[in-house]
Parts: sequence; C-alpha cells; structure tokens
Amino acid sequence: MIEGLSRNAARNIFFGGSIFFFVLFVALTLHSHYYIVTESTDHDGLTEQVRMGKHVWEKESCINCHSLLGEGAYFAPELGNVWLRYGGDEDPEAARQGLKSWIRLQPLGVPGRRQMPSYKHLTEEELDALVEFLRWTSTIDTQGWPPTISG
Amino acid sequence: MKYETQKVAYPFFIAALLLFAGQVSFGLLAGAVYVWPDFFADFMPFHIMRMSHTNLLLVWLLIGFFGATYYLLPEEAETEIHSPMIAYIQLGIFVFAGAAALISYQFGIHEGREFLEQPLWIKILLTISFLMFLYNGTRTLMAGRKTAISIVLLLGLWLAAIFWLFAFYNPANLSLDKMYWWYVVHIWVEGVWGLIMASLLAYLLIKLTGVDREIIEKWLYVIVGLVLFSGLLGTGHHYYWIGTPGYWQPIGSFFSALEVVPLFAMVAFAFYMFWRGNRNHPNKSAILWTLGCTVMAFFGAGVWGFMHTLSWVNYYSHGTQVTAAHGHLAFYGAYVMLNLAIITFAMPQLRGKRPYNQIRNMWSFWLMTGGMAFMTFTLTFAGVIQTHLQRVMDIRYMVAQDDLTLFYAMRFGSGVIVVIGALLFLWATLGKPREQVPTGATHIATDAA
Ligand code: HEC
Ligand code: HEM
Ligand code: HEM
Ligand SMILES: [Fe+2]
Repeated sequence: MIEGLSRNAARNIFFGGSIFFFVLFVALTLHSHYYIVTESTDHDGLTEQVRMGKHVWEKESCINCHSLLGEGAYFAPELGNVWLRYGGDEDPEAARQGLKSWIRLQPLGVPGRRQMPSYKHLTEEELDALVEFLRWTSTIDTQGWPPTISG
Repeated sequence: MKYETQKVAYPFFIAALLLFAGQVSFGLLAGAVYVWPDFFADFMPFHIMRMSHTNLLLVWLLIGFFGATYYLLPEEAETEIHSPMIAYIQLGIFVFAGAAALISYQFGIHEGREFLEQPLWIKILLTISFLMFLYNGTRTLMAGRKTAISIVLLLGLWLAAIFWLFAFYNPANLSLDKMYWWYVVHIWVEGVWGLIMASLLAYLLIKLTGVDREIIEKWLYVIVGLVLFSGLLGTGHHYYWIGTPGYWQPIGSFFSALEVVPLFAMVAFAFYMFWRGNRNHPNKSAILWTLGCTVMAFFGAGVWGFMHTLSWVNYYSHGTQVTAAHGHLAFYGAYVMLNLAIITFAMPQLRGKRPYNQIRNMWSFWLMTGGMAFMTFTLTFAGVIQTHLQRVMDIRYMVAQDDLTLFYAMRFGSGVIVVIGALLFLWATLGKPREQVPTGATHIATDAA
C-alpha cells in the first residue's frame, strides 16, 4: 500500500488529516466544557471556600501521594470519594470533623506504616476549606467510578 | 561532523545525562519508601521525591530533544545554527530553572498539579527558554534546506510549546482543570512528542542504514499522520471518569486502541530499513538503542497502554499500579531510549572520536532495559492484585497494599539495576574513550558516519 503513495501525497494526508482530527477534538472538548459547567459538576457551588480548598490542596501537593478521581500518585488512598467513605452523605458534620481530625493528627508515626506528613501549619480556615473541596469533589458525576467505596 | 555549530549539542547532552542520573536516583528513593515506609520520613517525604523524580525526567528529556535538534539541524538544513550564543543562554536558563525547581521542592515550595509543580516564575523561565530555542531552530531551518525530518521535528517542538501553555490555565472547577491538564500531558506524550520521536528515528535510520531519504521521509509522514489521527481523539481515554460526558468512553476506547498502530509501524519501519540498508555502520551501540527504542516503545506504550485503555477495563484499573507499570515502560521505551540512542550516535562525533566504549554502552542497554522490563512486570502483577482486592472485593486501600510488599521489594531491586545501568551509560559516553570495537565489527570502515 505504501509503495503506491508518493511522499507529497503522504505529507498532504498528514497535514489535512491532522487538522481534521484536531478540529474535531477541540469541538468535542468545547462541548465537554459546556457539559461540565452545566451538568456534571456543581459549578454554581464553587464558593470562595471550595476555591480556597483547591488552592490548599495544590499548595500541599497532596496529589503526589494520593490519587484524585484516579489521577495522581498511587502511594495513598483515592480521595475523590473520601467524603463518602467518611459517611458525608449521611452525616456531613461527622464527616467534616472526622476528616479534619484525621489531617490534624498526622503524622501518626505507626512504625512500618506509610506516613502522611504533618499539617499542623494549616489554619482552621484552611482545613475547613480543604474538607469542603473534598466534599465538592465527591459530587462530580463520574459515570459511576470508582466501582467500590474503597476507591 | 560536517558543521561547526553542531558542537552546540555537546553541553546539552552532558546536562541531560547528569539530570538523568538524578532522576533515577530520586526514583530509587521513592521506591525505597514503598519497601521501608519509615525511610527518610522526617527528612524528605514521598511526595517531594516523586515530584523531583518526574520533573527531572521531563526536564532532561526536553534538554535532550533540544540538543538533538541542534545536532541534526545543520546537517538537514545544510547551514550553521542561527546563533550558538542563543543556544547556550537558552540552555543556561533551562538548567537553572530545572535546578531551581528541584531545590525549591526540597523546601516545600511547589504548585500542586501532577507534573506541573514548578512555581509560576519557573514555568515562565522554562517558556522563555523554549521560545528562544524555537526562534533559533526556526531561523536555522528558514535559512537552509527544508527536509521532511526537520519540518516534522520543529512542528512537534512548536506544538509541544503551544500545548505547554495550558500549564498556565488552572480553572477552579476540578473537572475542567483535569480536562485541560491532559492537553499538556496526553497531547505531549501521545501526540506532538510522537512527531519528535518519529523524526529523530528517521534521522537515525538515514544515518545508520543509508536508505534513501525519499523512502524514509514518506514513512515518516505516514507514521506521524497515524500518531495524530489516533492520538488526538485518543485523549478520550483520560476522559472516562473525571466528570466529562459518557461519549468519551466509546470514542476514547476506539481511537486510543488505534494508537498501537503507529507504534507498531515504527518497529516495522526501523527493522525494515535495516534490512534494506546496505551500510555497515560502526556505531553498533547506536543501532542497538535505535532498534531497542522502537521495540520497547511498542511494548511499553502500545501493549501496556492497550492493556488498560478500553473503558470497561479502565473502570477497574484506573489509577492503580497498572498505570505506574505502563507509565514507566512507555516513557522509558519511547523517550528515554530515544534520547540515549541519539546521544550514543552523536557523542563520538561531538568528541571527535571513533565509536568508543561500545561494550560498556551495550551492557548499560541490557541492564537498564532488563531492569525496566522487570520493574514493569512486578508493578503489573501488583496492579492486577490491587485492582482485584480494592475494586472487586472492596477491600480498603491500605489493607490491600499489605499484600503487595513482595512486588514493591522486587521493584526496588530492579530499580537498583536500572540505576547501575544508567551510571554505566554515563561512564561509557562521558568517560575516557577506549578504542574498542565489538567483535565481528573490526573490519568496518571507520568513518561511515
Ligand atoms: C507523603 C504522602 C502523603 C501526602 C503528601 C498526603 N498524604 Fe494523605 N495519606 C497518606 C497515607 C500513606 C495515608 C494512609 C495512612 C494510613 O491509613 O495510615 C493517607 C490518608 C489520608 C486520608 C484518609 C483516607 C482514608 O481513606 O481514610 C485523607 C483524608 C488524607 N490522607 C488527606 C490528605 C490531604 C488533604 C493531603 C494534602 C493536604 C494529604 N493527604 C497529603 C499519605 C500522604
Ligand atoms: C528511566 C527510568 C524511569 C522512568 C522513565 C520513570 C518514569 C516515571 C514516571 C513517568 C512516573 C509517574 C508515573 C505515573 O504517574 O504513572 C514515575 C513514578 C515513580 N517512579 Fe519512576 N521512572 C524511572 C525509573 C525509576 C526507578 C529506577 C525507580 C526505582 C525504583 C522508580 C520509581 C518510581 C516510583 C516509586 C514512582 C511513584 C509511583 C507512585 O506514585 O506510586 N522509577 N516514574
Ligand atoms: C509514548 C507514549 C506514552 C507514554 C510516555 C505514556 C505515559 C503515561 C503516563 C505517565 C500515564 C500516567 C499519567 C498519570 O499520572 O495519571 C499514562 C496513563 C495512561 N496511558 Fe499512557 N503513555 C503512552 C502511550 C499510551 C498509549 C499508546 C496508550 C493506549 C493504547 C496509553 C494508555 C494509557 C491509559 C489508558 C492511561 C490511564 C491510566 C489510568 O486510568 O490510570 N498510553 N500514560
Ligand atoms: Fe494518554
């Protein structure tokens, strides 16, 4: 098949085809953008507190130990649904307190067990925001992922 | 070496190799924490090791690509590099930015998206350096002969820089953030870097096999076409579970499965050209790396990628050690080996020697490649078990991890082999040349390059 093809024809197919697929890809992402903003996430619920929580999440780079919606590192538990694991859908207040005190307690220092670092430098406000960000994340429509509550 | 300014590549390759040694060392530290969780806990936590490991990887690969471009562009364009001075300054900025990132990480100063942890001012420096590089390369290309190899190579680098700009866009909505994050990460490694890979391979094949440019360049266009036709919509394999619409499941599955085709074509391309070629090139170790690159990229990216790319498989395996297995072999096969192939090919000429230390170089090939393959196997086993325990049996993450200790120990062991192989490579290429030609090759012409 390749014998019958000239170099210039191959080049034209490359440029033409790539532009075609690129345009298609961008069109689909634009639609996905719209879908995310209007349907799959609580876009209106992106309060100052959630934004701040995302900022804390990034400042501490939790992603380099944990995964979030399955992306990130594989060293520590998935956190996209940790709010639900802590029972946040039934008792939000207990989940909030549970998550906050878990983070405050670090490092546990159990010998021979993976460590999560100390976060004692975070303020009460930052901790609240972080947990609120995790709650917001748990409301994203992820097409039913993860398969189990264990994450 | 025909053109004086090809020399510009030399410091690029040295910098790349030194950072490579740093990269695998941080990997080893991170691997050690999996086996001895208390290891270094008070001194350097896991996340710092990990971001140092992955950032050094990206920085040295890019420096290697820059060096490779400066090396081959004069030959392709038949003219000297536009400005060696810009090249050296640009390298200085890039290395400074990389080092600054590395140091600030040790003090807990970083941003928080995976692979894009560099503080803003460092991202800006990297961008400036990249643009200086593109200016220099494009001016050189414009001034001379325009071959398919140099056009595809520079197109790949331009697009890499353009998609990198999405690193500056960080929406507050996590799903949007993730969707555009893949514009950098996936579009790089499975899209525009594919152009860089295919064009560098095409250059190596012309040099090493002596096959006609006309034929090689036709293959080049076919392959990069296949890369982008499959790879752009293939991004959909990251859009299954992050809040994006359900149609990405069939689209992502279908197109990312097709990504295997160009990877297979690269293997066929390389072996076919060696079979057709009549040149008996004396740099046997460069031949080994070139062929090895296509084969390992096919397994690491193609086979291991396909293994978890269909949405109904990915539903279970997403974000487990299976991903880590694939990430390692794919990066190693496609981009690490590509850079090492170019460096192995170019170094003798940059240093004005005949191919040297080939036995050492080939030992490093087998140690590193064997080590990475074994690491991939152990992580794959670990990942399959993890998937079953956590995603099918609903056993908690930390409990499931207890059953994987043996695999992490083996990963550490293979990591040690990889690091030894990497150091051997540095010794072979940067160390004192010993005139040494592999047996069976003693009769070859000495300056076929
Ligand atoms: C150095 C790695 C590391 C970093 C960085 C890290 N963690 Fe963790 N985290 C862990 C480990 C390991 C565990 C499991 C500990 C255990 O079970 O003993 C854990 C557990 C957790 C849990 C409990 C999960 C569950 O399923 O019960 C939460 C919540 C959590 N981390 C939140 C965070 C947040 C928020 C950050 C960033 C501010 C963070 N972690 C940063 C390592 C880390
Ligand atoms: C050239 C060789 C290597 C390459 C190209 C490479 C590449 C990578 C990449 C791309 C990641 C991110 C993985 C992902 O997100 O899926 C990573 C993480 C990691 N690498 Fe490597 N690496 C190499 C060598 C090593 C070595 C020698 C070790 C030592 C054991 C190692 C240990 C690790 C560990 C522990 C992680 C973190 C994985 C996790 O999150 O659990 N790597 N590496
Ligand atoms: C050279 C090419 C490639 C490289 C360097 C590469 C590298 C990587 C890396 C580092 C990740 C982990 C990203 C993260 O940290 O979240 C990843 C994920 C993934 N890759 Fe690749 N890859 C390549 C090609 C491919 C191909 C060809 C396929 C499919 C056939 C593929 C399928 C996947 C899938 C499905 C994931 C997501 C895994 C998950 O759900 O956790 N990759 N790749
Ligand atoms: Fe991908």
